[in-house]
Amino acid sequence: MLNKTLHISTSPHLTKGLTTTQIMQNVVYALLPAVGYAVYAFGLDAFLLISSTTMAAMLTEHMLCKWSHKDSTVGDWSAVITGLLLGMTLPPSFPLWMAFLGGVIAIALGKYVFGGLGNNSFNPALVGRAVLQAAFPVAITTWSTSFIPHRFTEISSSVLALPFMKPTYDAVSGATPLSAFKFDGVVADSLDLAVGMVSGSAGETNALLILLGGIYLASRKMLNWRIPVAVIGTVYVFSATLHLINPEVYPSGSFMVFSGGLMLGAVFMATDMVASPLTSLGVVIYGILIGSLIVVIRIWGGLPEGAMYAILLANAVSPHIDKLTQNRVYGT
Amino acid sequence: MFSRFRNTFKHGVHPPEHKDETNGLAIRQFSFAPVITLPTSQHLGKPSRILVREGQQVVRGQLLAEADGMMSVPLHAPVTGVLKKIANVPTISGKMTPGIFLQSLEGSSQEVIEGTPVPLDSSPEEILQGIQNAGIVGLGGAAFPTHVKLKIPKGKHCDTLLLNGVECEPFLTTDHRVMLEQPEDIFTGVRYVMKATGAQKAIIGIEANKQDAADFLKSRIPDDLPLEVRVVPVKYPQGAEKMLITSVLGVEVPSGGLPIDVNVVVINVATTAEIGRLLPHGRGIQERVITITGPGVKKKGNYLIPIGTPLRYILEEVGVEGTIKEVYMGGPMMGVAVSNLDISVTKGTSGVVVFSEKQVTTDQPEYPCIKCAACVDACPLSLNPSKLGILAKNEAYDLMADEYHLMDCFECGSCSYVCPSHIPLVQYFRISKSIVRKRAAKKQLTNA
Repeated sequence: MLNKTLHISTSPHLTKGLTTTQIMQNVVYALLPAVGYAVYAFGLDAFLLISSTTMAAMLTEHMLCKWSHKDSTVGDWSAVITGLLLGMTLPPSFPLWMAFLGGVIAIALGKYVFGGLGNNSFNPALVGRAVLQAAFPVAITTWSTSFIPHRFTEISSSVLALPFMKPTYDAVSGATPLSAFKFDGVVADSLDLAVGMVSGSAGETNALLILLGGIYLASRKMLNWRIPVAVIGTVYVFSATLHLINPEVYPSGSFMVFSGGLMLGAVFMATDMVASPLTSLGVVIYGILIGSLIVVIRIWGGLPEGAMYAILLANAVSPHIDKLTQNRVYGT
Repeated sequence: MFSRFRNTFKHGVHPPEHKDETNGLAIRQFSFAPVITLPTSQHLGKPSRILVREGQQVVRGQLLAEADGMMSVPLHAPVTGVLKKIANVPTISGKMTPGIFLQSLEGSSQEVIEGTPVPLDSSPEEILQGIQNAGIVGLGGAAFPTHVKLKIPKGKHCDTLLLNGVECEPFLTTDHRVMLEQPEDIFTGVRYVMKATGAQKAIIGIEANKQDAADFLKSRIPDDLPLEVRVVPVKYPQGAEKMLITSVLGVEVPSGGLPIDVNVVVINVATTAEIGRLLPHGRGIQERVITITGPGVKKKGNYLIPIGTPLRYILEEVGVEGTIKEVYMGGPMMGVAVSNLDISVTKGTSGVVVFSEKQVTTDQPEYPCIKCAACVDACPLSLNPSKLGILAKNEAYDLMADEYHLMDCFECGSCSYVCPSHIPLVQYFRISKSIVRKRAAKKQLTNA
């Protein structure tokens, strides 16, 4: 039939087919193994924690859009990622009300005030976590032991602490490998670290599952592999060099790479597309910066873990890195 | 400057090719439409000046309109018939331009009248004049007058003639078929063009998906013709002049410059064939090979279609599947969507691609830029489309042009093609470029 009105549009008339929503969905899929492991290792606590931050993030995204009379953007799945990531970076027995607050702050302060998806300068989940760290320094550094026998039937008493009340902690509290090293000089076994047989934040303990998710995303070109490679490579080379100089004081490179939030940060947070540079050279510089900062904070800083601040600082300079590493334009 | 020779250019994209549907189909002569409409502006530059009057009888190949100055070409009658009227005709740009309605004589033959032949031993100026007289423009789609393109500016010289047989647009197979079916015309054309430009050697660049054409041409090159066939990997937009030069010769055309700045002239292979076909007879261009294809077409193929044949007639002849929704003139990457089937094919039409209702997804929601850098890794010129897109939204046009090389963009569409947020980047750049050009013109006016 020829008499129909024709649809006109501007060229190009083809698209590759990949959408922003699909990218976000795939990031969520890639996170699921590590989330599953968190629930397996820490039981109901971790499940409630991650659910709480995710729901807070989605709800905040939805309500903020509603209140500013815009179409809700919760359907683009980016709030889900923020919520999952925030939950994964918190101690498993973290009080739920604090976690919920963190989720609200992550979206409201980390993303929405900048103008929503695509405009945030910092990784929203880390903004939420940074606020929580400042507000609740004790709760955020109180770790429960992994694989306690009754983890699927009982909830730690701190989890259901009432808002603004001092949470009570169960007796079983284990130091993370990083704090054990920092404050007691104890170095954990690397294999235990890699497969998550240690205590730590809910979703950060199993480095291999996190890596698996990263490889999945990188293979689908939804993640810039240069960033985790640069971060992990820098941390390894930097700390292995220190270890070589004085093995008594400095831990080995593999301990540094597999402990704490490094893997989660390098694979899923430093790679936040919006807050990382655009150019290939830029992302490498950005990754090296993050890796160096992590080692500096962990070894010489006051905190046992440095992934969060390292990434936030690198986020802040990412536009400048971009500006300095613009691709050479053809014919110039 | 630091470009290494790597047999292709940097970045680019790989859209689905869809060439198998028509690349095996030989060129077929299309019938004459009852009424042919010829806009006087089928080329870049000034419209042609109409020489005939209403009611006049014309024969196929007769001059209908003459070139109006240097940046213009004449127009010849594609069919024997009667001049019905001279009035405005619709064109692809949406504008009406003066044109000719020609009623074709029933049963008119394919015979074309002979003109004054341009021999191969003519001077470069005579050859360029012959090319202009034949009404030849770039058949790849740009429709830039070929005699202007081949004119070497004072102080420059041409070492290499680069024939563009890349045809990187999905769906299109016209150049492919021309290379397989008109090798002699191409070789004759090369001789003319080398003479006109003073080039010492010629290279024809062909993408690897047309290996058969490359092999065939290689086997047919006359011994005395310094022509070389070079096969390059398949990648869009390799058919762009600058990209092809980099792929084949390993050099970059300076920003804002032309191929002649690196001593190269690029010409489309079908245009070359047309020169070789027309000049020995002194004829004008009356028809061209067009790929009629797309999921909405029943009898897909490569057809030799008289210039000025209305799209409606073409689609009636080839038949369409279901209800058609989108029709593009040219390929789907850089072609223009047609709003009206009364538009006729012109000298620059290399293909007609038709999509019917169910194959088109319209109104994809636009998401914010998530800085995924897909466009940065796609832009063949290594521009930063992400940044340019944000600047365009903020109307920072001068900044785009001064610091981010906006004016180098040739609108290949690679950035929009890969954008997961469906941001119409190319459209932003088109608008931004026209605003920058207008501002520059205004500035010149006030300074003068």
